[in-house]
Amino acid sequence: MDILSLFIVAPIITVAALLFAKNLKQSRVISLIGSLVQFAMAINLIFAYLAERATGNTAIMVFTKSAVWFKSLNIRYDVGADGITVFMIVLASIVVLAGVFISWKIKDLPKEFFISLIVLATGVYGFFISLDLFLLFLFFEVAVIPMYLLIGIWGSGPKEKSAMKLTIMLMGASALLLVGILGLYFYSSPDGAYTFNILEIAKVNIPAQVQHYLFPVVFIGFAVIGALFPFHTWSPSGHASAPTAVSMLHAGVLMKLGGYGVFRVAMYLLPIGAMEWSWFFIILSVIGVVYGALAAIKQTDLKYINAYSSVSHLGLVLFALLMLNKTSWNGAILQSLSHGFMTALFFALIGMIYERSHTRDVRELGGLLKVIPFISVIYVIAGLASLGLPGFSGFVAEMTIFVGAFQNVDMFHRVATILGVTVIVITAVYILRAVGMMLMGPVKKEEYYNFPKATWYEKTGIFLLLIPIIIIGTTPLWISDIIMDSIKPFIERML
Amino acid sequence: MNFSYTLFIPLIPLFVFLFLGILHTKLKPKLAGTIGVLGLSTSTLLSYYTAYKYFFEVGKVDGVYQTFIGAKTTWINFTELLHIDMGVLLDPISIMMLVVVSTISLMVHIYSLGYMKGEAGFNRYYAFLSLFTFSMYGLVIATNIFQMYIFWELVGVSSFLLIGYYYDKPSAVAAAKKAFIVTRFADLGFLIGILILSYYAGTFDFQILNNPQGAIISNGIGASFMGLSVITWALILMFVGGAGKSAMFPLHIWLPDAMEGPTPVSALIHAATMVVAGVYLVARMFPLYYFIDGGFVLQIVAYVGAFTSLFAAIIACTQNDIKRVLAFSTMSQIGYMMLALGVSGYDGHEGLGYMASMFHLFTHAMFKALLFLGAGSVIHAVHSNLMKDMGGLRKYMPITNITFFIAALSISGFPFTSGFFSKDEILSAAFENSKLIYFVGLFVAGLTAFYMFRIYFSIFWGKEKTYKHTPHESPLSMTIPLILLAILSIAPGYIHFSDFISADRGGFEAHLNYPLAITAVVTGLIGILVAYVFYKKENNIPEKVSKTFGAIYTWTYHKFYIDELYLFVTKKIIFNIVSASFAWFDKKVIDDSMIGIGDATINSSEKIKKLQSGKFQDYATWFILGAIALVLYFLYKN
Repeated sequence: MDILSLFIVAPIITVAALLFAKNLKQSRVISLIGSLVQFAMAINLIFAYLAERATGNTAIMVFTKSAVWFKSLNIRYDVGADGITVFMIVLASIVVLAGVFISWKIKDLPKEFFISLIVLATGVYGFFISLDLFLLFLFFEVAVIPMYLLIGIWGSGPKEKSAMKLTIMLMGASALLLVGILGLYFYSSPDGAYTFNILEIAKVNIPAQVQHYLFPVVFIGFAVIGALFPFHTWSPSGHASAPTAVSMLHAGVLMKLGGYGVFRVAMYLLPIGAMEWSWFFIILSVIGVVYGALAAIKQTDLKYINAYSSVSHLGLVLFALLMLNKTSWNGAILQSLSHGFMTALFFALIGMIYERSHTRDVRELGGLLKVIPFISVIYVIAGLASLGLPGFSGFVAEMTIFVGAFQNVDMFHRVATILGVTVIVITAVYILRAVGMMLMGPVKKEEYYNFPKATWYEKTGIFLLLIPIIIIGTTPLWISDIIMDSIKPFIERML
Repeated sequence: MNFSYTLFIPLIPLFVFLFLGILHTKLKPKLAGTIGVLGLSTSTLLSYYTAYKYFFEVGKVDGVYQTFIGAKTTWINFTELLHIDMGVLLDPISIMMLVVVSTISLMVHIYSLGYMKGEAGFNRYYAFLSLFTFSMYGLVIATNIFQMYIFWELVGVSSFLLIGYYYDKPSAVAAAKKAFIVTRFADLGFLIGILILSYYAGTFDFQILNNPQGAIISNGIGASFMGLSVITWALILMFVGGAGKSAMFPLHIWLPDAMEGPTPVSALIHAATMVVAGVYLVARMFPLYYFIDGGFVLQIVAYVGAFTSLFAAIIACTQNDIKRVLAFSTMSQIGYMMLALGVSGYDGHEGLGYMASMFHLFTHAMFKALLFLGAGSVIHAVHSNLMKDMGGLRKYMPITNITFFIAALSISGFPFTSGFFSKDEILSAAFENSKLIYFVGLFVAGLTAFYMFRIYFSIFWGKEKTYKHTPHESPLSMTIPLILLAILSIAPGYIHFSDFISADRGGFEAHLNYPLAITAVVTGLIGILVAYVFYKKENNIPEKVSKTFGAIYTWTYHKFYIDELYLFVTKKIIFNIVSASFAWFDKKVIDDSMIGIGDATINSSEKIKKLQSGKFQDYATWFILGAIALVLYFLYKN
């Protein structure tokens, strides 16, 4: 078995084992073992990748594996990885593992919950390693569909409505995406030997006229899940209704599929379309960046604050991709990773606070630093990371994006960049507002003194997410160099 | 010369921070305090040794002080050419700053052993002090502008954490937030300035940027924007960042509120070190500021500095909280340093302003830290910040009284104190450049002497108040730093600063300018005299005077309502109008239109589904109607 296919097989085995689990204890132990194995595999993948590159393998994708699936349509099982894939897989495996820890005490239908969670993870891994567009689309759907169940069954508040809204909007995007993928397929060969393989399609020059129509279709198809303005509204309500682990996985990993897909498919296969359309989507993404942050200021529900913050932070990912140069793309990938860990950490902490106080309204909370110091201190750290404090991943990513974006000379890009830079202030406002109201100040209610301290599994989940944030934030050189090398063949298409 | 050991100067406080931060619930306060003090003592000794080695063992090479890179490593690559380094840059001003930061930080570390004794968060306090000291070291030894920005943000957050040290006090939380957000807003300028440099200069490295013979300075204007060189814009924007950190008008509003932090923190961060970072930034990039566009930005620096120093000094005369008086005094004195930089030239004696600014930065750090620590000692004794709760304390607190008196003399520019020498250099530099700025400076000198002795007389003389507990002198851990700093408020005046620090690094001879010095001293003495008459004994003169000035006094007392103006803009406009309307727009327009699309789909399917009635008659009807329609269509078409 090749090293990448294991990432699909391991979760499937875990799911199979979960089918035999009888109670919460068994299901969580099985999920834990399964996700620990995936985590170990992901870490191993970094070293394997570095070793592979050290042998002088300069192919765009390494660890490739190819097998025919549907001969008539030339659909193939094509997988492969570059440095970006590797880091995305590491991100996914850590968030899944942390999610299992955070769901340690889940009450209703634990077995089914963990099964849905792991199926979702399978979809995500598959999406990252696919080189065949059909396969990629399939895994995309595998990742999105369990969301409906996870929110609809284990959620809170108006969960059915939120789940419905989320699923329908994402399905709408999928429909667009399918059109885009079929378009690519039928232009993949001049002589009728059509292919879904990304690397193959990249070799033919799709006519500019076609790219002009296909690019927005593919871009929007992916960008909806990356919370592109104005298609972001599924995200706040969806997150607010979702259970903790699902919010973590969704915001932390699933929303990254958007930027990743744009990078791998839209930008790589439709470079002319990208250059033609970038101005339009830059406007949308800058609006998303600033608007998401401004909307977050006024929110009172912690999950809404974080969801709007995600709109803003992920807006930066799309913004950076649209800036079409190496540095900003590097920033986009770094921001994807950084936001993945940070937002998962935030949702984990919000879940812990909610479990104790049964409210997510910042106005009702207060003085939590006194009563649950550990969780509160980590919340402050996560907040500082989110507002782009040096030493944490957010700073590295944002600075790379801004420096990259500023290398575009014309006035339009400059103004867009400067507008984008203003988020460093707006983010500080909403983060410190929440921190000030909820964690500092006098303890609001007497019963808050009875809050239980953080448990071992909560702490483990927290550290799993915090450590990568600090690693990226303090020693970014090796990570960004790996990403930069992997970007090279992609950016060359833009010149 | 090998200076690689200098890497440990910042690293030691970093390790102390990590150690105390991780174990802060487990350690005994005494141990935590000892670790903090010992760690910093080591860094301080290393800094002093570096200063000695740099200035005396190495000295000038070819008539100028050289720049040494103690250590350097690439932190991240942006492009093939553009990257951020982390390293240690040693030149006269960075070494001077190392000495200042080390000295004040060590004094504050020792002083806090007594001042913070028994506080619940004692360990946390020492962890944050270490974090601050680490970040400040990182800032002053930065090898490039981006490293400086990184540590600039880190000192900002340390300041946030320390202002909000009493986090259950709403006013402290609000002050911490305000300080962070206002300086962050200013940093926006700094960051955009850096971005401009990243493109047009193609480097962040100070040695390349600042080289007077280098490409950036000698190639001149380059691209221009709205009549000014883009580099000039970058410098203006970076000065905005500096003005935010250094509390220059109109970005000063956070500094008075920052006094919510523990007093030793105010002494360290908000008087001696972090708030002069803006001055240091301009000094660090002085060749650029001086040569690009003929020093256009320096004029802005000079006027902003002069205005702030006047503005803050006027407000300081009316405040009743001693820490706030000191805060406004700090603003005023930093304005002094800025104006000195602004009027400075470059070569030899023309660079007097530059040297004077650095000299004043040095002396001010010492006497202002002493004033704050002295104020802390008083607050510790009477448990209040307000002047009305103090009076006649000289009997109870002799050491605090004498040291505070020395510091007050020094800041007032009394002869033979260090402040006298540094202020004289600033006034001489201003006099040579612009008479207007000189007279502003002179007037501020008088005001400074007045407000400083106003608080001195009110605290230590005047009528004795009835105290709940009899005030007593502070413990040795607090008085020893006071005594040491009192010595440092006098002695540095006798160092020939111009031998060590000058804009062109060559050194020059600076002489006392007697006519100007005498004028300044007389002005100061008048200020002291007025304060003596007003406040030595309790009387009703101050009240009468404030009545005569009426509205002007009220305006000044309310700090010219600048805070209210900001509050109006942020609370009313940004929070309630902009942000609220965005949140509303998102919910009502965007989300609802998405839901509307969904509802429309449901509604139309609701309508269409009637077609699927399951009745054969209906289907037959539709089939026939359809067939007829098609027939008609084709008939008509042909």
